[in-house]
Amino acid sequence: MADAFLKIRDLKKHFGENKVLDGVDLDVARASVTTIIGKSGIGKSVLLKCIANLLAADSGTIELEGQPIARSRRGSGDSDGVTFSYMFQNNALFDSLTAAENVALPLVEGTHLKRAEIRQRVDAMLEHLELSSSAQRYPGELSGGMKKRVALARALITKPQIVLFDEPTTGLDPERKFSVFEMIADYRARFGFTALLVSHDIPEVFEISDQVAWLDGGKIRFFGPPSDLHIETESALAGFLSKANYGRKNELSKGESSI
Amino acid sequence: MIRTLGKTALGVVHELGEISLFGFEALRGFCGQRHRLSKLVLAIHEVGVRCLPIVLTVGLFTGLVMGLQLYYTLVKFGAESALGTAVALSLIRELGPVLTALMVVGQAGSAMASELGIQRNDEQIDALHTMSIDPKGYLVGPRLLAAVICFPMLTALFDLIGIVGGYLTGSVLLNVDSGVYWNRVFESVTWADVRGGFVKALVFGLLTISICAYRGFNTHRKASFPGVRGVSESATRAVVWSSVGVLATDYLITSFLL
Repeated sequence: MADAFLKIRDLKKHFGENKVLDGVDLDVARASVTTIIGKSGIGKSVLLKCIANLLAADSGTIELEGQPIARSRRGSGDSDGVTFSYMFQNNALFDSLTAAENVALPLVEGTHLKRAEIRQRVDAMLEHLELSSSAQRYPGELSGGMKKRVALARALITKPQIVLFDEPTTGLDPERKFSVFEMIADYRARFGFTALLVSHDIPEVFEISDQVAWLDGGKIRFFGPPSDLHIETESALAGFLSKANYGRKNELSKGESSI
Repeated sequence: MIRTLGKTALGVVHELGEISLFGFEALRGFCGQRHRLSKLVLAIHEVGVRCLPIVLTVGLFTGLVMGLQLYYTLVKFGAESALGTAVALSLIRELGPVLTALMVVGQAGSAMASELGIQRNDEQIDALHTMSIDPKGYLVGPRLLAAVICFPMLTALFDLIGIVGGYLTGSVLLNVDSGVYWNRVFESVTWADVRGGFVKALVFGLLTISICAYRGFNTHRKASFPGVRGVSESATRAVVWSSVGVLATDYLITSFLL
């Protein structure tokens, strides 16, 4: 992909003898949704953390529009200059701040916006995510689904160019999972950000994915649209997808759609 | 054995260097923060106001005990009139700064190490990174500055209430003349004694809060266990290292001041 928005080349990250990432190459197109799948502990979150600069890679390059990622972390003091947002697996909300304060935090601390404008933006975001009634509640007083939505609101409030989602639906019931995926797709369409997801929710997550990257043995072994994923494609990938009930769920969903 | 000793010594020096850099980066990071005053006020509440009751209580009882012990020592030499001098100088030069620091470490330092450890484990510190907020400046900087402000004030209050405690046992209970007691206090205490106490308080404040914040902030790197056990280990080590640090630094400063 010549005009990749996010370009990763030969990315390596070792923890002692454990080669977690061993030459990852990945191209992510602008305003696309790319989902990274793979077994637990294979290094999906490590890859996201390297992209977000939370972990330093041993070698390799990560470029955003041709610029090394460290240089393009943040733009101006205005909120729209923010490059990245990260939605953590366990939400990483601040216990001592209310839901509204958590959502406002990146704007309050990272921009020069006026109080009234921050409030307006936060209120609008909370309303979109049906959290207005919980705005003054603390994370400890919120349900799992609500916390996810607050974390999502915080990730999107700065209108980032790329949002990294680390298993955004962990611990949610099927209905909530679907609604989180729907929100991601909806907000991607509305704000036009590029989304990079790590998810185990196969095949549900494929519904919103433009591309799927399968990480195995420290490398991306498959990269392409979900429609190219066949359980016959490659034996190891087929094995992984079968264990994730991909074939069965796929057939079920096809059956439902034919009915 | 010598090799082990050398390795340990180098490890301690390396750790002290890391802690110093950590404290410096936190203060520098705080300068770049927005809404500094409100953060500082919250930190002063945490380090200063919340520690005030325990500091006053320990200060009072320390003064009461010193009044008793010193009276029964001085009376053997017929020098009970020097009680005011002994109580005031011991408190202002030595016990006030040291005990205040130890109390603040027990109250605020351990809580700070635990809180930062939990924030590290819960990825809240990483979340600040992703929001381009300097976590050291945001979480640690205000607390360090609050320590610089609060430690000398808490020490002064400890000294005052301790001297009152000495008066209560010495003059009210044991009949040392109150005029003599207060006269000796005012006569014997010089500006150099007060300044020395404040220097100690400042150094202890920076040292203890840096150590506690460093241990909590680096729970993922420094603790032997992950998760909750790691946090409890960080809090324990923060208190132990801070306490040892206070006593060791006290000796160093005293030897320079005398």
